[in-house]
Amino acid sequence: MRDIAVVATAQSPAIRKEERRNEVEILMPVVHDLRKRAGLKQEDIGFTVSGSCDYLQGQAFAFVTALDAIGPWPPIDESHVEMDGAWALYEAWTRLQYGDIDTALVYSFGKSSPGDIRRILSLQLDPYYLVPLWPDTVAMAALQARALLESDGVTEKDLAEVVSRSRKNAKDNPNAQLSGDVDVDTLLKEPMYLSPLRKHDCPPITDGAAAVILAADDRARELTDRPAWIRGIDHRIEPHSLGVRNLADSPSTRTAGEKAGVGNGNVDVAELHAPFSHQEIILKRALGLGDNVNVNPSGGALASNGVMVAGLQRIIEAADRIMAGQADRAVAHATSGPALQQNLVAVLEGEK
Amino acid sequence: MEYTYTRSVGPVIDRFFSGLADRKIQGIKGSDGKVIVPPTEYDPYTGETLSEFVDVADAGTVTTWAWVTDPRPGQPLQKPFAWALVQLDGADTAMLHAVDAGDESRMSTGMRVKVHWCDEPVADLAAIEYFEPEAS
Repeated sequence: MRDIAVVATAQSPAIRKEERRNEVEILMPVVHDLRKRAGLKQEDIGFTVSGSCDYLQGQAFAFVTALDAIGPWPPIDESHVEMDGAWALYEAWTRLQYGDIDTALVYSFGKSSPGDIRRILSLQLDPYYLVPLWPDTVAMAALQARALLESDGVTEKDLAEVVSRSRKNAKDNPNAQLSGDVDVDTLLKEPMYLSPLRKHDCPPITDGAAAVILAADDRARELTDRPAWIRGIDHRIEPHSLGVRNLADSPSTRTAGEKAGVGNGNVDVAELHAPFSHQEIILKRALGLGDNVNVNPSGGALASNGVMVAGLQRIIEAADRIMAGQADRAVAHATSGPALQQNLVAVLEGEK
Repeated sequence: MEYTYTRSVGPVIDRFFSGLADRKIQGIKGSDGKVIVPPTEYDPYTGETLSEFVDVADAGTVTTWAWVTDPRPGQPLQKPFAWALVQLDGADTAMLHAVDAGDESRMSTGMRVKVHWCDEPVADLAAIEYFEPEAS
C-alpha cells in the first residue's frame, strides 16, 4: 500500500440560506483557496473527484457544471460520486494506490436550502416499500433515537449534553452555523419537534462546500511540513430496511472502525458525522471511543450540516488538527443513508 | 412523451402486493430462517436469493415509534400520527408505517396494533392505509 496523506484543506463558511450565489459560485472560492494553499495548479493534479447530489439542483448531471468551473481542459482524469465527499476521498485514495499519479483533488458541495431537503432525501429510499409513505430523515432518525433511549441507560439528558457540547465547541469554529453557550436544562425545556427529538437534536439546513488535496509518499512531504497520513480507511453498509437493523447500534461503523485500525493506538480527536445528537452516542460506542477522546471539537454536523459536504468536513477537521500539530492521531467518520445506514471511518496520523 | 418500456417490481414484491389486494400479508424466509416482512428478493445480509413465502398476521407489536405533530405532504395521515416499526405476528423483522393513535399518550413501545385496510382492493402498498391500536 502507498502512504497517502491529506496535505491541504479548504471549506466555505456554513450558510443557512445562500440567496445570491449558486452551487458553483459557493464552491469555486473554496477550490481556488485550496489550490493556492497547496501551491498546485489544476494541471498539476493527477485525479479530480467530487461528491454531490444532483437531486439538490433538480437536474441530471448537475455536477458537470462544477466540473466545468474546475477546469476540465486540457482533458483531466476525473470522477464523481453521488455521495458525500468523504466517499469521493475514498475513491481518490483508491485511485492513488494505483501508483501512476501522486496528487488528487477532492471536492464536494451542497445547496440544500432551495428545496425541501427532508422530502428530497426521501427519494433515496426503497421506491416500493418506503417512498410511497414519504418518511423523512427526521422521522427515521427519531425512530432510531427512541430505539436507543429505550435500549439501555441513555436518557434525553445525554442527547442534550451532546448538543450543548457541540454548540460550545463550535464557538471556536469560524465556519460553523450554530454555536454558543446553551445549558442542558434549558435545552430539555424545549418542546418536542418529532418526539423523542427536539429541534436542537436535529442538524441545521446548510449550504456550503469543502475540498481536499491528497498526495502520496514523498510528494506529500514536499507539499506540506506535516501531512495527515491516512493510516486506514474503510466503509461498510447495512441493509436498507430499518426494520431489519438494530437501530440502537451501528455494526457497520464498528466493522469499518476495526478495518481502519481505530483501536491500534490512542485517539486524540474524533470527528464523527452525527447529524442527530443521539447518533454521536451510537457512533462513539461502535468505535470504542472513551471519554478521554475529544469528540467533534469543530461542533460536528449539529453545528453545520452541508448535505454531501459534512462527511468530508469531518476528515478536514481531523486532518487540520494533525497538520497543525494539535493532535497526533485522529479518527474521522462519515455517514450516508437513513439512520446511519452506511459509514466510513478513516484513521489519520501525523509523523512523530 | 412516454417511456418505451414498462417496469416490473419483480417476483417477490409482486406477490406481496398481489396478496395485499386480498388483505393477506406475506413474508419471506431469510437465509437464517427468520421471516422478513415486507419480503425482499435477496437476503439483506447474505445476498442469497429468497423464495419461501410465509403468511403472517395483519396485527403485531410496535418496536419503536416517533410522534409527528406536523404531517408532511404525501405521508399516510394528515393529522398528528406516529411513525412506527411494527413487527407483525409471525414475522422476525419490523415494517415501517404510520399508526393512527390520536394522541401521543396512546403510543408505547410494545403496544399492539393492527392494519387498517383500504376499502378498495389495491395491489400495492396503498392497500395498508395505516395501523391502528388493537382494541383491548
